[in-house]
Amino acid sequence: MKAWNDFRVEQIIGNLLRAGVLLSAVVVLTGGVGYLIGSGGKPAAHAAFHGEPRNYTGLGAVLGAAAGGDWLAVVQVGLLLLIATPVARVAFSLVAFGLERDRTYMVVTVLVLAILLYSVIGQH
Amino acid sequence: MTNLEFSALVATIAGAAGFLGALTGLGGGVVITPALTLLLGVDIRYAIGASLVSVIATSSGAAAAYVKEGYSNIRIGMFLEIATTIGALCGAFLATRIPTSALAVIFGLMLLHSAWQSYRAEPDELDGAKPDPLAARLKLDGTYPTAEGPKKYHVRGVKAGFGLMFAAGTVSGLLGIGSGALKVIAMDRAMRIPFKVSTTTSNFMIGVTAAASAGVYLGRGYIDPAVAMPVVLGVLAGSMLGARHLISAHPKVLRLVFGIVVGVMALEMIFNGFAGKI
Repeated sequence: MKAWNDFRVEQIIGNLLRAGVLLSAVVVLTGGVGYLIGSGGKPAAHAAFHGEPRNYTGLGAVLGAAAGGDWLAVVQVGLLLLIATPVARVAFSLVAFGLERDRTYMVVTVLVLAILLYSVIGQH
Repeated sequence: MTNLEFSALVATIAGAAGFLGALTGLGGGVVITPALTLLLGVDIRYAIGASLVSVIATSSGAAAAYVKEGYSNIRIGMFLEIATTIGALCGAFLATRIPTSALAVIFGLMLLHSAWQSYRAEPDELDGAKPDPLAARLKLDGTYPTAEGPKKYHVRGVKAGFGLMFAAGTVSGLLGIGSGALKVIAMDRAMRIPFKVSTTTSNFMIGVTAAASAGVYLGRGYIDPAVAMPVVLGVLAGSMLGARHLISAHPKVLRLVFGIVVGVMALEMIFNGFAGKI
């Protein structure tokens, strides 16, 4: 019974990872095409570091800017989806270990999830 | 150079890196940052940010396939991810504090290590290791598929492996790479996990490790969407293509070419770092 559970969890995790990467690639591509149509002819400037503006760093600000028609913010939404993919995988593992009543690994997974959430959300 | 030309050039470089990385199994991510900084003059912090995001894409894509085949050990991965994510956070915070010239030198040293490793043969699998009581308590022992059916293995050196994983996470967060090679050393050498299980579980962990430092990089404004966009799309396309051509490739020749390219880049990064050009 347990082996079957582990096997099924592995299949679902595999699909979750694939879907996350595919979805984020589509969003990044969409934003990239829009950006290059609009600003493709302008000179590129990435040699000097100035730190990205708030529109491209804050979770809510990125979504707002993307909704407002900023194509680079759409790219950033795609990158956020990409970063969220492994986080979603860990969150799903927590549910799976819960279903298997594996307490030790529920604790382990909560620890990993807490570190990840601190990194992604704790910075803002 | 216009934005369009820049994007096309970066996507081509990233595509080649992803393609070679998948063919050689060495991970193309290590060459992205030096290529962007040395060839195109991109600020090293933007280059590291873009490379880090592309690492999540390739590792998640590859992990999807490995997990389904049953090689990766999800429990080993999750347990060691405690160490790699804490390490990744430390590495990312460190990266925001040390000067870029120092970053370039450290990056170059890491590249030298990668170049050296590409010459080395893959180590043999070890059998009959005595189980570590800690491994048994954490249910780390497992099985993996072979031609003769599932084969059991025991895990040793849990504490040493955990410590090495913290170091691997720090390097990953500091330099924006997957540091898969370090992860495999920890699992294969210290914990005596079968090579195939080590490599696939390491790949499985790379995405989570990179996500832990990506949050910090994003919050600090190190992820420039205009740089990351062509890098992520190029690496993804290249590595998918590379995985399809795996059978027809000559890994020995490829590894040699890859090793020389990485070695040259390493010396140039170290030189530019000391000269204060980066």
